Amino acid sequence: MEFEAVIGLEVHVQLNTDSKIFCSCSTAFGNPPNTNVCPICLGMPGTLPVLNVKAVEYAVKAALALNCRINDISVFARKNYFYPDLPKGYQISQYDKPLATNGYVLIETKGGQKRIRIKRVHVEEDAGKNVHGEGNDPYSYVDLNRAGVPLIEIVTEPDISTPEEARVFLTKLRTIMRYLGVSNADMEKGELRCDANVSIRPKGSNELGVKTEIKNINSFKFVAKALEYEIERQILVIKAGGRIEQETRLWNASLGITETMRKKEMEHDYRYFPDPDLMPLVLKPEMIEKWKKELPELPDKRKARFMEDYGLSSYDSEVLTSEKAIADFFESALKFYNNPTAIANWVTVELMSRLNREGIEIVDAPIEAWQLAKIVKLVEENVITGRVGKELLDIVWKEGGDPEEIVKKRDMIQISDASSLEVVVDEVIKECPAEVEKYLSGKTKVIGYLVGQVMKKTRGRANPQFVTELLEKKLSELKR
Amino acid sequence: MVDRKELEYIAQIAKIDFTREEGEKLIKDLVRIIEYVEKLKEVDVDGVEPMYHPFTIEQRLREDVVKNWLSNEEALLNAPDRKDGFFRVPKIIET
Repeated sequence: MEFEAVIGLEVHVQLNTDSKIFCSCSTAFGNPPNTNVCPICLGMPGTLPVLNVKAVEYAVKAALALNCRINDISVFARKNYFYPDLPKGYQISQYDKPLATNGYVLIETKGGQKRIRIKRVHVEEDAGKNVHGEGNDPYSYVDLNRAGVPLIEIVTEPDISTPEEARVFLTKLRTIMRYLGVSNADMEKGELRCDANVSIRPKGSNELGVKTEIKNINSFKFVAKALEYEIERQILVIKAGGRIEQETRLWNASLGITETMRKKEMEHDYRYFPDPDLMPLVLKPEMIEKWKKELPELPDKRKARFMEDYGLSSYDSEVLTSEKAIADFFESALKFYNNPTAIANWVTVELMSRLNREGIEIVDAPIEAWQLAKIVKLVEENVITGRVGKELLDIVWKEGGDPEEIVKKRDMIQISDASSLEVVVDEVIKECPAEVEKYLSGKTKVIGYLVGQVMKKTRGRANPQFVTELLEKKLSELKR
Repeated sequence: MVDRKELEYIAQIAKIDFTREEGEKLIKDLVRIIEYVEKLKEVDVDGVEPMYHPFTIEQRLREDVVKNWLSNEEALLNAPDRKDGFFRVPKIIET
């Protein structure tokens, strides 16, 4: 029997406000333990939470970008659980009246565009961090700097069918959050955290199987791996005549497996109830309207515009708009040299491969849009060859400077007058009798080698196409 | 109905402890409380919006401005145990 997977995701995204959601403590990451704390996030008796307007704004903007309906009244609720990462004994969250509902995200799959529905988006506070003593150390250590940092939880419908779709969805979500500027959504830094509900069923069936919840997937690298493992595990259990047990499983990255989490007793009895310390959050239509107007152009729209306005392919447009900073770089390069196809090509190939190689973001790259634009222009206008262009990019990358001046100073300009090239071509023909012989005997492919020799002698400054033509001409003269 | 088992479950998640006699009394109290709520359930609330708060004022919002309040030393003053700026607690096994 063939099986298919049904996957739903619960994604937590940290909002990058300056202060915490219910108190004025800093949200800065990496400070010494328990230095960004106050009586409110320490859960002292008699304190009262006061909601951060920026957290609301960011949450609403995120929900709007996910095509959600914003609920004009939402209610904060206490999620009760006993664990030292939240000293109040409960997390302030939202339950039956979340901030927003009924959205969707479009993702690109092999089978075309797919719509992943968003069930709800709600606002809550983050918990603190526990460090567990190693070995015989009988203690755990609690740092509450993170307690009270604003989060949104995004819950999808079970619309995801493959691990790859889950990965693409999360990548898209990260892109959207970065476009909005509400979160850096870096999974490795815990700014985006993902739990997955996974079940399997016979292919084509409409019934849902028993699901397991996978936690602790804390890197983009592991999203697909963890889900693949879990789906395969469930299939093996069913094929062996077993039953899937509803449980929480933890992804173990070093072993590459999911394993049963030792059940914390009554872990799911959270006894939610409306938090009497917080009034219902009422969002006036004009407030929502104002935030809606402030939304930037989002990736889907920008991609469509790139295809429409610049005549770029769907693939190139997707790559360019996958990060706001890349798309911004591309468009600002166009201001210096309006040749979308050529600029797109250099950004997606040369620039992005260098970014990947060095593992840096475009904003940290040692090159600016005007510099790349000038390099591309020099190549396109045949001032320098493509090969020299790449070299020039490396020079600018390392040393900075004005590409035009570098070209002049270093004598990189393309050799375009035929007479000086002819001299070099003649030299090469003289120096490579064996290859010339091969060519004349009909093995014309060898011309590539000869062109290479000319390029070498000119340090890449000759136009390869022109050299080829010149060589062909000279060699055919020899034939006679 | 509230029986001994139910009471023990509630006590466990509420982290409270009591003697057997106190437990008997608590069961009686809980039964009365639940009866009272059951009585309230008889009211027809069709079309009535749930009330989340006795006051009809809206949520007050705060500007996103950082203020430092406590030093690490002050934050740990009430802590029964601490080390290197952390609250120290009995080991919590997560997995």
